[in-house]
Amino acid sequence: MRDHPGLMTALLALVLALFAASLLIGPAGIAPAQALAALLRGDATAEALVMREIRLPRALLAVMIGASLGLAGAAMQGYLRNPLAEPGLIGVSGSAALGAVIALQTGLAASFALGLPLAALAGAALAVGLLLALAGPRGGSLTLILAGIAVSALAGALTALVLNLSPNPFAAAEIVFWMMGSLVDRSMTHVWLALPLMAVGWVLLAGLGRGLDALTLGEDAAETLGISLTRLRLMLVAGTACVVGAGTAVAGAIGFVGLVVPHILRPFVGARPSALLPASALGGAAMLLAADVAVRLVLPDRDLKLGVVTALVGAPLFLHLIWRTRAEGL
Amino acid sequence: MVSVNLCADQFALMLAAPGQLVSVTHVAADPHVSVMAAAARGLHLNRAQAEEVHALAPDLVLAGPWTSAYTVSLLRRLGIAVTVIPDVRTLDDVPDALRATGTALGREADAEAMAASFTADLDTLRAAARDAPGPRAVLHNPGNYTSGTGSMADQILTLAGLSNVAAEAGIAGGGWLALESMVMLAPDMVIGAEPYPGASRAEEVLRHPAARALAGPGRRALLADSDWVCGTPHVLRAAAHLRHAVERAP
Repeated sequence: MRDHPGLMTALLALVLALFAASLLIGPAGIAPAQALAALLRGDATAEALVMREIRLPRALLAVMIGASLGLAGAAMQGYLRNPLAEPGLIGVSGSAALGAVIALQTGLAASFALGLPLAALAGAALAVGLLLALAGPRGGSLTLILAGIAVSALAGALTALVLNLSPNPFAAAEIVFWMMGSLVDRSMTHVWLALPLMAVGWVLLAGLGRGLDALTLGEDAAETLGISLTRLRLMLVAGTACVVGAGTAVAGAIGFVGLVVPHILRPFVGARPSALLPASALGGAAMLLAADVAVRLVLPDRDLKLGVVTALVGAPLFLHLIWRTRAEGL
Repeated sequence: MVSVNLCADQFALMLAAPGQLVSVTHVAADPHVSVMAAAARGLHLNRAQAEEVHALAPDLVLAGPWTSAYTVSLLRRLGIAVTVIPDVRTLDDVPDALRATGTALGREADAEAMAASFTADLDTLRAAARDAPGPRAVLHNPGNYTSGTGSMADQILTLAGLSNVAAEAGIAGGGWLALESMVMLAPDMVIGAEPYPGASRAEEVLRHPAARALAGPGRRALLADSDWVCGTPHVLRAAAHLRHAVERAP
C-alpha cells in the first residue's frame, strides 16, 4: 500500500468487484438483490443455503488460493531471479496433488482433520526442495524447467496410478480434477481446512520482501547486507509448500496464476520484489476469481476445470516469456 | 459362452444352464454393482480384453452396446461370434433384453417366462402407484448427474410414488444438475447412491452442508447401484425399496 497506493487500491477494487460477481453468478439464477439479502439473512431458505454454503466458500477459496498462487509465484521468481518459475509449471502443485490423493485414498484424510492439507504440504515441500536444490541459487532457466518437467510428469503419473488403484470407480475420473483444479461444490469445511496452513505460508512469504530486494544485487551483496540466504531459502520452501499444499488439497492443481500475475504487475512496481509480493497476492486473487466466474458462465451446470481457463491465458504468455528469455541470451 | 459386459453378465447368469457360461467380467462378482455376484463367484472372471477371451475359446461372446468396438471387432476377426445384448433404457426394454439373451443362450422358454413375470410385476406396481402425485424427489448420482423424463430412473421414481424434480427442471434423459440448482428446487427427498469404498469428490457432494441441509433425517434414501446399474428385472426391487423409504418419511 505504501509504495504504490494507486495500483494497490485498483487491485483491491478489482478483487472486491470480482468477489461480488462470484457471489452473484451461478446456475441457480438468483436475482442480485435477493442474493445479497439472503446472504446477510442466513436463514433456512434455499437462497440463503445457496449463498452461504455454496457460493460464499467458493468465492472465499478463490481469493485465498489465488492470492497464495500469486504470492508463491512472485516469491519463487524473486528468489530464483527467473520469470519462468511458477509452482504449477514446475510440478510443485502436481506433487501437492499427489500428497492429497494419497491421503484421501489411504484414509489418512478421514482419520484426522488436517491429514489432507498436511499430506499435500509434504508433497509440495518435497518438490520445491528438490527443485531449488537442482536449479541452484541462480536458478538457470533450462535446469529449472527441465527439472520441473520431470517432477510434474512423475507426480502426474503417480497421481493417476493411485487413483486408478482406488477401489472407488469415480476416483479415476478425478485425475482431471487433481491436474486442472476446480472450486465446484466446495464448502466452508474446505475453507477452514485450508486457512490455517495458508495463513502460516502467507506470513512466511510476506516476510521475504527485504531479503529478495537485497538479492537483486547479487548473493554476495545480499549477504553483506545481513541477509542469510539459507534462511531465505528455508522460508521460501516452507512458505510455498504451505500455501500451495493447502490450496491444492482442496481445489486441485491450478497452473499459470503464479506466472501470469507477477509478469503483468512487474512493470507497475519496478524491479522490487518486496512491492511485487503484495501486488501479486491481490492480482492472483483477482485472476482466480475471474477464472472461476468464467467457468460458470461458459458451462453453468458442469464442472469445467479452472486450469483450462488459466492455461488458455497463461500458456501463450509462457511461450512469449521463453521467447524473450532466449532473445536476452539467458 | 463368455460375457464381457456387466449387464450382459447378469442377464446371462440369470438364464444360462449350469456349465454353459464359462466367464463373466470381474465386476459381475462385485456385489456393489451386480445382483448376480454370488452366482458369478465360481466362474472365471475376465477384464473384457480380446486376448484373454480368445484364450477361453468360447463359441459365443455376449457383449453390450458400450463394449469397446475394438474388442468386438478384434474378437470377430479372430473368428469368434459376438452377440450384442441391447441396451435397457426404460423399464419397457427389460423383456427384450431378456429375450435377446435367451435366444443367444438357446434358453428361449426360460427367458420368455422371466419376461412375462417381470411384465406382470411391473403392471402390479404401476397399478398400485397410480394415485395422487407423491413427494418431490431428486436423484443425485456422483458428479451431480441426475435423470429426468424418459429415463428408467424416472420411471422407477414414478413407480415408487415419487415425482421427479429433475423433470420439473426440464431435464430429459440423463443430465447435470448443479448442487445449487438442486437446493433451489427444494425437493422433499434426495435419493443418492450408496458410496463405494475409497474416496471420491463426486460422492462427497452428498456430504456437502447444503446437501445435508436439504435432506434431513428420513428425507434421504440411498440406493444400491447393483439394483439399477443394469436394467435387469431387479430394478423393480429399487422401486420397492424407494416406496418403502417414502412410506417411512415424515
